[in-house]
Amino acid sequence: MSTFDNPFDPDRNLRAGCACGQHQSAAEHEQATALRCAPVESEEKRYEGVVASAVMRAIFPQDLARRAFLKSVGASTALAALSQFFPLQTATEVFAQAGAPEKKDLKVGFIPITCATPIIMAAPLGFYAKHGLNVDVVKTAGWAVIRDKTINKEYDAAHMLAPMPLAISLGLGANAIPFAVPAIENINGQGIVLASKHKDKRDPKDWKGMKFAIPFDYSMHNYLLRYYLAEHGIDPDTDVQLRSVPPPEMVANLRADNIDGFLAPDNICQRAIYDGVGFMHLLSKEIWDGHPCCSFAASREFITTAPNSFAALTRAIVDATAYASKAENRKQIAEAIAPANYINAPVTVLEQVLTGTYADGLGGVKTDEKRVDFDPFPWQSFAVWMLTQMKRWGQIKGDVDYKAVAEQVYLATDTRKLMTEMGLAPPTSSYKSFAVMGKTFDPAKPEDYLAGFKIRKAS
Amino acid sequence: MTASLRLRAGLVSIVLLVAFLGVWHLAVRSSAPVTTMSPEYAKLMGLTATQGKSAMPGPFDVGAKLWEHVKSPFYDNGPNDKGLGIQLGYSIARVGTGYLLAVLVAIPLGFLIGMSPLLSKALDPFIQVLKPISPLAWMPLALYTIKDSSISAIFVIFICSIWPMLLNTVFGVASVRKEWINVARTLEVGTIRRAFTVILPAAAPTILTGMRISIGIAWLVIVAAEMLVGGTGIGYFVWNEWNNLSITNVIIAILLIGVVGMLLDQILARFTRMVTFPE
Repeated sequence: MSTFDNPFDPDRNLRAGCACGQHQSAAEHEQATALRCAPVESEEKRYEGVVASAVMRAIFPQDLARRAFLKSVGASTALAALSQFFPLQTATEVFAQAGAPEKKDLKVGFIPITCATPIIMAAPLGFYAKHGLNVDVVKTAGWAVIRDKTINKEYDAAHMLAPMPLAISLGLGANAIPFAVPAIENINGQGIVLASKHKDKRDPKDWKGMKFAIPFDYSMHNYLLRYYLAEHGIDPDTDVQLRSVPPPEMVANLRADNIDGFLAPDNICQRAIYDGVGFMHLLSKEIWDGHPCCSFAASREFITTAPNSFAALTRAIVDATAYASKAENRKQIAEAIAPANYINAPVTVLEQVLTGTYADGLGGVKTDEKRVDFDPFPWQSFAVWMLTQMKRWGQIKGDVDYKAVAEQVYLATDTRKLMTEMGLAPPTSSYKSFAVMGKTFDPAKPEDYLAGFKIRKAS
Repeated sequence: MTASLRLRAGLVSIVLLVAFLGVWHLAVRSSAPVTTMSPEYAKLMGLTATQGKSAMPGPFDVGAKLWEHVKSPFYDNGPNDKGLGIQLGYSIARVGTGYLLAVLVAIPLGFLIGMSPLLSKALDPFIQVLKPISPLAWMPLALYTIKDSSISAIFVIFICSIWPMLLNTVFGVASVRKEWINVARTLEVGTIRRAFTVILPAAAPTILTGMRISIGIAWLVIVAAEMLVGGTGIGYFVWNEWNNLSITNVIIAILLIGVVGMLLDQILARFTRMVTFPE
């Protein structure tokens, strides 16, 4: 489980195998750590491990020799001997101090929903400060505004829906400006909520003519809802009405009977239930378990002009994400992000979202610990999937080089390097296959995948 | 006679207020619990769902919350949560800046246009087209070109409040009585002196009426603009509380917006009275 590799363990293989060394092969390791990145107890320990294994590797280029040495003298003696002539402590400190940030006072925009948890909580829980930054997290009114403010450089980085940086980089709905995603915020954590009067209309085939709200056109919510409807034979462009509505207005609209339901980010879903206007039809997790939702994004320009600030920011976000991924921290996080300065929502609602024990709006209490989860690694296969859906629904016209765009925007390689430096165990590959409603997606063959859909916008 | 009229009007106002609050209070009273639910489920639900409490707060809820705000109007809990006093301060500062800029542009410009019948006719269609544009329509354009949200908000106030002032100044200057100008001509008063000693005093009441309309518009605009750009101000406060579906705070904000708007209007009304002259 731990990602810290102990170089003084004689049974460990430092070279071959996997990144953390606990598994026989890279594939096995990846399986074990694919969705989690649990940090070790303390930062210092982690960095010490990274430094120590580097030193051991330098002294014993032959792995066999290192193992023989450790077996004969024992790990503690080896550590003592090594510390004699190599200042491990000092080296660790030097290593942990990455380049000083060019700009310390940063502004990061966010939308008040639980998807932004790592970005928000990093302020009250001190993750930004820990990485030498003074960050103001600024609440923003909507996705278009957060996009414009980030493009205008009022924000140095921002919380964006995972497809937005792709859309901005491609110039969809805005001028083409190269953006990049160093980290995904959350996986899962959305839901389809229907108005209470539709209690008995649980089969999507009966949904013809209904009105649904989504937060933004370039959102996972849009793609997931369309996917879900289309799999049930409903054409989202002709059989139902999809409206782009800012999340806070969704609950009010549901109460006013202007919409029949929505696929929205949490805490909005839980808020509708809390206020007794709707019920949870389906968690987004049931459509695609482990889907990305929101991302942490910055412009290429910021990355090139302030690379150290950017790296420190990414480290803080990755750190916060790792902290948020632990179930035992969730209650504390809910309390930290509930005040008016951050999400501004009742603590009970946030707790239900984050702990996964929630009222379903139909009189039952359900538990699903993975209702929302946090995993920072920006899989490029996620980006490829989003691009196939953009093309499927006519947002991208003509051909697109899936791989090139994904690799340009989703910084898997840089984040992997950074996570390795932090002593975490990032996956070794940037692409993975996954299944959406039972249909397997192969990131190597996006066009075939796209051709497999019966319902799509005629282009 | 006037004193008793005032007294009677005041009494009617109070009766109306009490009646309004009473109806409000009765209308939002909670009904009996709608459904029975298990206690663990109820613990996870809001009061609206568990006790059948109306989603609208009553006058007492609003009063209690208002008192809380009045007690600490200047608290600062970080960039996204400041006291109502600070928020109103930000809004008034924005309105003031945008409005003053509009005054500086509209009055001299209106003066020049008003003194030339040709220009005032030629520019009229443009002004008429630009006048009715809503602040929300200007916002995306402003954000896109100015690339700064706080300047955009000020620009939107400027552009929305300039037209009534401009039109009124043009009208006021153009309709100064011909006899007065002719008298000035006969006495061989120079153009600049004529503008300041004859035309300006004569047109002042009309110009100030335009300024009074404009300050009302500027205050209307600020709420919409701040809801969009966010960060600070009373408009942001409304949006932030709406986000939390806190109707109580939204009602308080509405009340305060009304009060501040009335004060701004009263200030301009006083200025108007100062320059009015009997004919």
